[in-house]
Amino acid sequence: MPRIYLDHASSMPVDSRVFEFAKPYLRESWGNPSSLHSVGLEAKRAVEESRGKIAEFIHAENESTIIFTGGATEANNLAVKGAALRNITKGKAVIASTIEHMSVLNPMKELQKNGFSLTMLPVDSTGIVDLKKLDSILTKDTVLSSVMYANNEIGTIEPIKDISKIVHEKGGFLHVDAVAAGGRVPIDVQNEGIDLLTLSSNDLYGPPGAGVLYVKPGVKIQSVLLGGGQERGLRSGTENVFALVGMGEAARIAQQEMKQESSRLLPIRDKFIKEILQIDQSYLTGHPTLRLPHHASFRFSFIEGESILLNMDMYGIQVSTGSACSSKTLEPSHVLLAIGLKHEEAHGSMVLTLGRSTSMEDVPVVSKATNETVQRLRRLSPMSQEWRN
Amino acid sequence: MANVGYSKKVMEHFMNPHNVGVIEHPDGYGKVGNPVCGDVMEIFIKVKDDIITDIKFRTFGCGSAIATSSMVTELAKGKHVDEAVKITRGDVANELDGLPAQKMHCSNLAADALHEAIKDYKNKKQMK
Ligand code: FES
Repeated sequence: MPRIYLDHASSMPVDSRVFEFAKPYLRESWGNPSSLHSVGLEAKRAVEESRGKIAEFIHAENESTIIFTGGATEANNLAVKGAALRNITKGKAVIASTIEHMSVLNPMKELQKNGFSLTMLPVDSTGIVDLKKLDSILTKDTVLSSVMYANNEIGTIEPIKDISKIVHEKGGFLHVDAVAAGGRVPIDVQNEGIDLLTLSSNDLYGPPGAGVLYVKPGVKIQSVLLGGGQERGLRSGTENVFALVGMGEAARIAQQEMKQESSRLLPIRDKFIKEILQIDQSYLTGHPTLRLPHHASFRFSFIEGESILLNMDMYGIQVSTGSACSSKTLEPSHVLLAIGLKHEEAHGSMVLTLGRSTSMEDVPVVSKATNETVQRLRRLSPMSQEWRN
Repeated sequence: MANVGYSKKVMEHFMNPHNVGVIEHPDGYGKVGNPVCGDVMEIFIKVKDDIITDIKFRTFGCGSAIATSSMVTELAKGKHVDEAVKITRGDVANELDGLPAQKMHCSNLAADALHEAIKDYKNKKQMK
């Protein structure tokens, strides 16, 4: 059975060009960039070159704005805690949108436990943040607001430039989690007025285990991981040279190919949406047009997402879901609740994230499998019978 | 391939559940909701001389909820109601070669629905 992998938001294969490029740093140039001898310097040079590629990728002012971390979760923690704690004398208020990733929300909640006031910024039913509300909840004490570039579960792209304008009128910093958006839509930190930006290596077809926090020149943050003082003292720990070098190369390739790849995926995604919405009582989640080009997310009434996922896997198709049954906490996805879905509506969610392996030929296969899956599970469900009667 | 740590038996019952459907005019009916994640399961039984002669279920829930419903109906079918009422969530899970720890609560649901259906049957019988 051929495999159709449509869960690129969870994990992506490392691009073979990236692997070839970074491979020598595992076995040939395995130096520690902190060492002053030639073996160390070789590794250091490669890491610095990678930093430059990533700076270019997001149009940063210079390469020293790029702080490497061990992944996006760490970068989000560093942004939230690092910025809030470093600027505590300016105020003790923070803002996060209700659809942020847990690696933003949980550090925010920890700040709250430690005396910060946290205000949640709501979104509408398509997932777009409420700009008027943002304006009204910002105070002179707000040191940090965090709004993601695009959401990983519903694909909605936020109006970052407008958000940045509103935030900066009051004087706080804006952090943007761009994990889902990176490599999918062009990002320009200077033009869009972003102070802190998170990227993930694997989401660019780079090696897992690397992430980046961009820190705008002049923005002061403090470290959350203490040690030997690597990364300008902001992220201690010996560099994972292979992953960092790979991430830079992945960013370079993404920059080169993004436009072409996104315009290739867009019609495929639209066809997926068109076909799957033929199913009775099926709905698109997220924004119909302001959405990532590789992202199609749905919900189906009367059925549950983990069963959808398992059933699709039997067809060789890998998808994801935000259902309560599939989560470690047995809570439905906070994102689906934030866009106003009821618990049982959030239950029947299915997310498709396309990638380089996706082609137009996949559309009829996946649509048919989805239809059969939904029909089968509905036959098992007491809810759908009530609806038919 | 991916099966969230489910046993082969769970996947078999998930893909081909036994005793799916509705019994018109059942002798006993039980419906329970899963307080943990909000799912729903219902069981219908037909009983003759206190023996469960037919049993059907419908479930709105995860893979393990569907598999445990299927298994509990298999275990109860043909049994005396006093025997069937002793079926526990542990029995259901064991018959399925185990369930992941965070999914044990789904097997509660299946056993509870069966117990409710038997209770309903006994109540009805008393009323006659
Ligand atoms: S029914 Fe929700 S986890 Fe099993």
